Amino acid sequence: MTAPLLEVNDLKMHFPIGGGLFGKLHKFVYAVDGLSFRVERGETLSLVGESGCGKSTVGRAILRLLKPTGGQVVLAGRRIDDMSSGVLRPIRRRVQVVFQDPFSSLNPRIRVRDALAEPINNFGLAKDKAELSRKLNMLMDKVGLPREALGRWPHEFSGGQRQRIGIARALAAEPDLIVCDEAVSALDVSVKAQIVNLLQELQQELGLALLFISHDLAIVEHMTHRVAVMYLGKIAEIGTKRQIFARPRHPYTEALLSAVPKPDPLAKRDRIMLKGDVPSPINPPSGCRFHTRCPYVFDRCRTEEPRLKEVERGHEAACHLNDRTAPENPLLSGGRA
Amino acid sequence: MALLEVDRLQTHFRTPDGVNRAVDGVSFSIEKGETLAVVGESGCGKSVTAMSIMRLIAEPPGKSAGEIRFEGRDLLKLSEKEMKKIRGDDISMIFQEPMTSLNPVLKVGRQIGESLRLHQGLDRGQAEDKAVEMLQLVGIPEPKRRAGEYPHQLSGGMRQRVMIAMALACSPKLLIADEPTTALDVTIQAQILDLMRDLKDRVGAAILIITHDLGVVAEVADRVVVMYAGRKVEEAPVRDLFAKPRHPYTRGLLGAVPKLGSSLEGKTEKLAEIPGIVPSLKTKIEGCVFAGRCPEAEDVCREFAPALEEKAPRHVAACHFSPREQEAAA
Repeated sequence: MTAPLLEVNDLKMHFPIGGGLFGKLHKFVYAVDGLSFRVERGETLSLVGESGCGKSTVGRAILRLLKPTGGQVVLAGRRIDDMSSGVLRPIRRRVQVVFQDPFSSLNPRIRVRDALAEPINNFGLAKDKAELSRKLNMLMDKVGLPREALGRWPHEFSGGQRQRIGIARALAAEPDLIVCDEAVSALDVSVKAQIVNLLQELQQELGLALLFISHDLAIVEHMTHRVAVMYLGKIAEIGTKRQIFARPRHPYTEALLSAVPKPDPLAKRDRIMLKGDVPSPINPPSGCRFHTRCPYVFDRCRTEEPRLKEVERGHEAACHLNDRTAPENPLLSGGRA
Repeated sequence: MALLEVDRLQTHFRTPDGVNRAVDGVSFSIEKGETLAVVGESGCGKSVTAMSIMRLIAEPPGKSAGEIRFEGRDLLKLSEKEMKKIRGDDISMIFQEPMTSLNPVLKVGRQIGESLRLHQGLDRGQAEDKAVEMLQLVGIPEPKRRAGEYPHQLSGGMRQRVMIAMALACSPKLLIADEPTTALDVTIQAQILDLMRDLKDRVGAAILIITHDLGVVAEVADRVVVMYAGRKVEEAPVRDLFAKPRHPYTRGLLGAVPKLGSSLEGKTEKLAEIPGIVPSLKTKIEGCVFAGRCPEAEDVCREFAPALEEKAPRHVAACHFSPREQEAAA
């Protein structure tokens, strides 16, 4: 069995915040608190959850833009979480990122040609000028921009075109994995569809793995293979697209899915309304982190933290309800599918 | 008579590189107690339309022409003083970003009470009491304590509830909501949409909701206006619009949105995309505004702008090739 492309084991990312007299008393924001998952080659794993659940922090830790405070990040069999930046440098090529805001993620004073050539030169991917220019042209073709556009500045492009440049820049390093951190969230509906289609085509053509971080469940369902639902720094549920969307086994997933407005005025609205807001990650609730908002909460949830358990092959959920069988388990008897 | 009638509204901005025709001849009306949604992508002029109704367009560089009749009075002809009496009283507005639209240095109770003191002549104590009542109405727990807090002490969802409380304090006849849930998480969005539906029934206000999210439209609207590049391209009751969109742009928009559950039914085909980008509003567009991106465009579309025609009862669209109901039947 070959090692998965990316393996994350018990990842923790705690940010210290000041507090107390002279800052002696250290509190922590438990942004990511013990997360494990794998991404196989050529696969899309989506991280979904509401703002503040830590999904972007996970992306940043994998990119090593942040140094994890605990756990392991293993890329193709090698641990990268504790590598020094010198050793890490050549390996960075293999994981690239596309950010949310195409307006602030491109340097306005650098022409498209130079922005794309930088990773190629940096990692020594072109032997000479001829090869570089061939690669640049190929990148533009791949993301559907005219080759002449290489000489233009970022401000000359629309939002969707800039996001194409962002994707081309990620592709320039010939990565195995691209982290898409809300990569289509800021785009208009019609342009969003263009970029989603582009990402899917590129994945098929190049065998890329994608870590797709998003809060847009409809887009996620459209393009992902597997999904991890996060709540307050932990995985509530992880499984294949079909498992998560058709047979969710965590009340949070169930509520999240029912909260998405359906673009159909005739649709039935049997919505599970969650009360209140997401609690603070500085002071997460005891027991199950979701118990303050859970419609099915019972005593055990307040004291004992549920562990991620396999509920069916490849599908894990962290909920005490899954220790029960059909009639006593509302997740099984209700059935939204 | 309709509550609000927007008649050939044009709002243009003078910019260093030409006139930007943000809104170019848009007409629609809202009946009492009705919810009208205006949808479109960024830059289509939907927010500028809302700002024009509230007379919040800075002049210069902006300039509105046409008529905006509210209960028969043309708002564009009122003096600033008269307009101030209407804002926050008869017509109020909720904005997208609750953090930037609340005053960070005033307690929320006082901010809600401000319009009551101004428009209804309540004294400070009465206004505070009414503010607490409003907070209760919008479902904020411990309203009394919350009224004494500052905006930064509240979460995003609660701030939006405060905005709604503020907007509804004087029982307006028209509530304009500009992307009221766009900045919120889905579970909070669901709460806020539910609240707006519920309050509409209780307060009886008409709502003009501006959004780009077709899911939100389907949830709350009675009628829909679709805007593109500063013009209205289609208008219909919400069910007709989703069931039988008559303008290629509306069809494109609906096709570009994945539906939750559709890919599980084995329909994992590509999303329909609308090729190209929105045209610049700084050059006068001859012909149909959508011609440059339309899959069905022919020469006539590029030469003559199609008129808005009633293609079916109460269903208006601006397209040369969309047949009228009776013609199609014949």
